[in-house]
Amino acid sequence: MEKFDKLSGIAAPLPIINVDTDMIIPKQFLKTIKRSGLGVNLFDEMRYDDDRNEIPDFVLNKPQYRDTQILVAGDNFGCGSSREHAPWAIKDFGISCVIAPSFADIFYNNCFKNGILPIALPQEQIDLLMKDAEKGSNARMEIDLEAQTITTSDGDVLTFDVDAFKKHCLMNGLDDIGLTMEKAAAIDTFEAAAAQSRPWV
Amino acid sequence: MSPKTLYDKIWDAHVAHEADDGTCLLYIDRHLVHEVTSPQAFEGLRMTGRTVRAPDKTIAVPDHNVPTTLDRASGIIENEESRIQLDALDKNAKDFGVHYYPVSDVRQGIVHIVGPEQGWTLPGMTVVCGDSHTATHGAFGALAHGIGTSEVEHVLATQTLIQRKGKNMKVEITGKLAPGVTAKDITLSVIGKTGTAGGTGYVIEYCGEAIRDLSMEGRMTVCNMAIEGGARAGLIAPDEKTYAYVMGRPHAPKAAQWEAAMAWWKTLYSDDDAHWDKVVTIAGEDIAPVVTWGTSPEDVLPITANVPAADSFTGGKVDAAKRSLEYMGLTAGMALSDIKIDTVFIGSCTNGRIEDLRAAAAILKGKKIKDGMRAMVVPGSGLVRAQAEEEGLADIFIEAGFEWRMAGCSMCLAMNPDQLAPGERCAATSNRNFEGRQGRGGRTHLMSPAMAAAAAVTGHLTDVRDMM
Repeated sequence: MEKFDKLSGIAAPLPIINVDTDMIIPKQFLKTIKRSGLGVNLFDEMRYDDDRNEIPDFVLNKPQYRDTQILVAGDNFGCGSSREHAPWAIKDFGISCVIAPSFADIFYNNCFKNGILPIALPQEQIDLLMKDAEKGSNARMEIDLEAQTITTSDGDVLTFDVDAFKKHCLMNGLDDIGLTMEKAAAIDTFEAAAAQSRPWV
Repeated sequence: MSPKTLYDKIWDAHVAHEADDGTCLLYIDRHLVHEVTSPQAFEGLRMTGRTVRAPDKTIAVPDHNVPTTLDRASGIIENEESRIQLDALDKNAKDFGVHYYPVSDVRQGIVHIVGPEQGWTLPGMTVVCGDSHTATHGAFGALAHGIGTSEVEHVLATQTLIQRKGKNMKVEITGKLAPGVTAKDITLSVIGKTGTAGGTGYVIEYCGEAIRDLSMEGRMTVCNMAIEGGARAGLIAPDEKTYAYVMGRPHAPKAAQWEAAMAWWKTLYSDDDAHWDKVVTIAGEDIAPVVTWGTSPEDVLPITANVPAADSFTGGKVDAAKRSLEYMGLTAGMALSDIKIDTVFIGSCTNGRIEDLRAAAAILKGKKIKDGMRAMVVPGSGLVRAQAEEEGLADIFIEAGFEWRMAGCSMCLAMNPDQLAPGERCAATSNRNFEGRQGRGGRTHLMSPAMAAAAAVTGHLTDVRDMM
């Protein structure tokens, strides 16, 4: 997995609540057996009309947001299905950080498995960042995962919380499975005990 | 010992390792796999030379992509990508030696219907699947939730998940339900009250007399939509109904093992003085047959209500409601029962079980669907389909003008050819009314099977109580 430490980039405003995974990546793009190439279909139904022309009003189609790396969005971002295609599409587009007042659980976890940092902040701080993001390519936000800070284009510094284990994995690009396999003995022990206590499983 | 909730008990029985910071490895008893969220996970195993740790605890069923037309036995799947994905599952199931119900098997169906039906899902288990509606299995008192593809790979390789414990939320439905009110109305009404993020970070336990009174099918409907309320998992404590449902299923324990299992299952309830981080109580008598009007499952109102105005909401919901009303083509103030319907879809992991088909057929018996209405019933599994045929339900649907389909996810998420056209309006028994969920531009109203059947007859959203 790609490491995440610092990020300085354009932030795009998406002031919509309950952005669901069907919006992020509609079901017709779930038929792939790969993880790559989904960026072009990120927010597909909001981004293109019926003839596959770009809808100019949609934020990621605007010239100043084409190289967006940070997304600032409304409450309950990523609700709906467990499809990891959602973070795959976000990452493939080039976005590595999503900031919102809250996230759906499964989406939130999926982000960390794919080198994306989801940051939850109180609504008033989101309002501030949303305003900053509206400045377009003139405004770059800086994210420092180690320090757990966001610096706006005006130099305001906000701090955020992140689970220490998830932070460690993200900063070092660690493979969860490899880490868990180091604990194989504990799993073996558990499995043997469970086979005695719950043999019907 | 300190008092525990049901969730606490199941959690504690499955922690294989706990790190100093509280991060746990949770052992997984059952891993259900379908074709859409697994190919990248199996590919990951191949690339790293890893194997499936517990193939005997892994069950694969194709459901999302499969055609539901009667001619599917001919083996022709027109969409090449769907075919590749189904072929990949077939190959992966065989290469890695997991349990597998292919499309040609009568036991095939929606993974969340097949699991309980075959006795894979048992009380006190941990159950995961790369699908958010895994919450369904919580109806058995199993801790069941959806996971992403990276986690699918993690479970395949290690039979564990890296987890932190969630919080406990109790949703109590007191008293009795009124006639015409079903499990679907309960679960939608709860989401209407708590919002789609109300359960984020929690595991919900549903309890109370109205929940106890539900059949296992009804309990599965309730738990299925826990995720629509933001909770990864919903639970209902097992009782005599649970044991009766499980007993004799192909993979349920037998003889001495059954006795041993029962002894443990009977300890699976929340202690009286257990701690709850959040409690929601709704009187069963206050729940009406409901429908959704918008594009979020929290947009729930009784069928007797009117379409709300966007400015009746606060905060970000004002813009969201505006957007929903525009997408749904609705005007504030119109009666919900005046909304005309083009299509009716009965099926899905929420409402594709035998009891759901019975409820819809009871309304449709001796009636015809409205002229020009497109209506389909998609049983949740091949066995549900066979049972419905045996009970004469299939004839009722067919005589009423419904299409009688083969098992699969179908129009719930429209990954197969069953889709809505732009602007087409559907009364659906599924679980999500998101923009584009059932097809680009399609408009979805969620409701119970009986309510969907009533709408099929009248051609508009209808209070089923008027037809009973």
